Amino acid sequence: MGQTKKDLLIDPLVDNNPITLQVLGICSALAVTSSLQVAVVMALAVTVVTAFASMFISMLRNYIPGSIRIIVQMVIIASLVILVDQVLKAYAFQISKTLSVFVGLIITNCIVMGRAEAFAMKNPPLDSFLDGVGNGLGYGLILLLVGFIRELFGAGSLFGFTVLETVNNGGWYVPNGLLLLPPSAFFIIGLLIWGARTWKPAQVEAREYKIQTVEAH
Amino acid sequence: MPEQDTITAPLSWFGRFKALPVDSTPKTIFVAVVLCLFCSMIVAAAAVSLRPTQGANKLRDKQVNILQVAGLYAQGVDVGTVFASFEPRIVDMKTGMFTDMFDAATFDDRAASSDPELSTELKDDPAMIGRQSNFTTVYLLKNSDGSLDKVILPIYGYGLWSTLYGFIALEENGNDIFGLQFYEHAETPGLGAEVDNPRWKAQWSGKSLRDGDGSLLIQVAKGTGPEKHHVDALAGATLTSNGVDNLVKFWMGEAGFAPFLRNLTAGEA
Repeated sequence: MGQTKKDLLIDPLVDNNPITLQVLGICSALAVTSSLQVAVVMALAVTVVTAFASMFISMLRNYIPGSIRIIVQMVIIASLVILVDQVLKAYAFQISKTLSVFVGLIITNCIVMGRAEAFAMKNPPLDSFLDGVGNGLGYGLILLLVGFIRELFGAGSLFGFTVLETVNNGGWYVPNGLLLLPPSAFFIIGLLIWGARTWKPAQVEAREYKIQTVEAH
Repeated sequence: MPEQDTITAPLSWFGRFKALPVDSTPKTIFVAVVLCLFCSMIVAAAAVSLRPTQGANKLRDKQVNILQVAGLYAQGVDVGTVFASFEPRIVDMKTGMFTDMFDAATFDDRAASSDPELSTELKDDPAMIGRQSNFTTVYLLKNSDGSLDKVILPIYGYGLWSTLYGFIALEENGNDIFGLQFYEHAETPGLGAEVDNPRWKAQWSGKSLRDGDGSLLIQVAKGTGPEKHHVDALAGATLTSNGVDNLVKFWMGEAGFAPFLRNLTAGEA
């Protein structure tokens, strides 16, 4: 691929971000960004799962039969996700309560599968591991940005600490309830993608169609 | 002919298998079986080895909630020690009396409410819980002289999206509310989930379930109501508020804990 190890880590943060460029992993980005604390844990969980899933799949890549490769990838990813879920339940009970089903849904996160299929099946383990870490962090970066906006303006707090005293607690700030609901994440991610593509026009996809002028006969 | 056989036929069964291409059927099945066995062993090992910690977390979470609703929780208290001052008892909901049929330490209320042997299907079901357990664990908090201080009763019912599970703490007269709190629900963040807001929860403290005549007046409603019995509904969360209203009325009513509370205050439970 001609990429250095550093590129593998840095590239997915902005230039090849899984959310803003590849538009993957959107569903979980909607669900877990209503507060920053949850977003951080989710980002870490996805990073761990993507990195190790990519590494194990890359180690086995020469032994995985093509006909069942997707299932093999799923089995490895699912096992890792169950491990993460069990560890969270044992050592971070409060957070696992807030994350509830979303940890289990990491299995269906397209980023994990996407990196396994697109990168780990063709590259050595260390590169795959770094690629997984990079993509997990790229996903986490967007999660944190969205979580920051949603928690600050939706609940008036950051990491659970009050920044803007809300009316419900006797302050002055009237929180924007929409920001706590999943649709708001669509708007924010949409704006982020717009911003990223304005900043780096290279990310704009080529049009799949072209408007032509047709002369009337 | 014999010489050719020795050249083409590999030496062993294993050698022949190894020489097969990765995509051949035997190797595909082999990879699938080995991988599944390996992964299931890892997952099973993790689940079994972490189960005690997880169970302890669940138990502690429930105890913390009981302490909170009784006003005994502070950051850093030793939950186990403080919780030891509560006496868990099982109540037979039909008669409103304590029963010793089950061990209160191990009785599972959640499981009992879906067990056909231990629960009854509800016809009149304002809290929308479907089945009601015939037996419920309650927690008694005693004063140092052995007299009753508070009683903590589990309550649950459907809100907008989810079943809300919580506790209500009543004073020794079985009528004045000390506190109410939910420990599990999935209501809308910022709207229905404001049932967790300390300012809203604080409204419950000091309210009474019934008036002097014994009619159940406690209500969650918009606007104003009888001072001693009115809790203001949550803004923007009418259905969650209605759910809480219904479930409190249900559990404090005749189908709920009313018979038990009469027995308890009369000293006959």
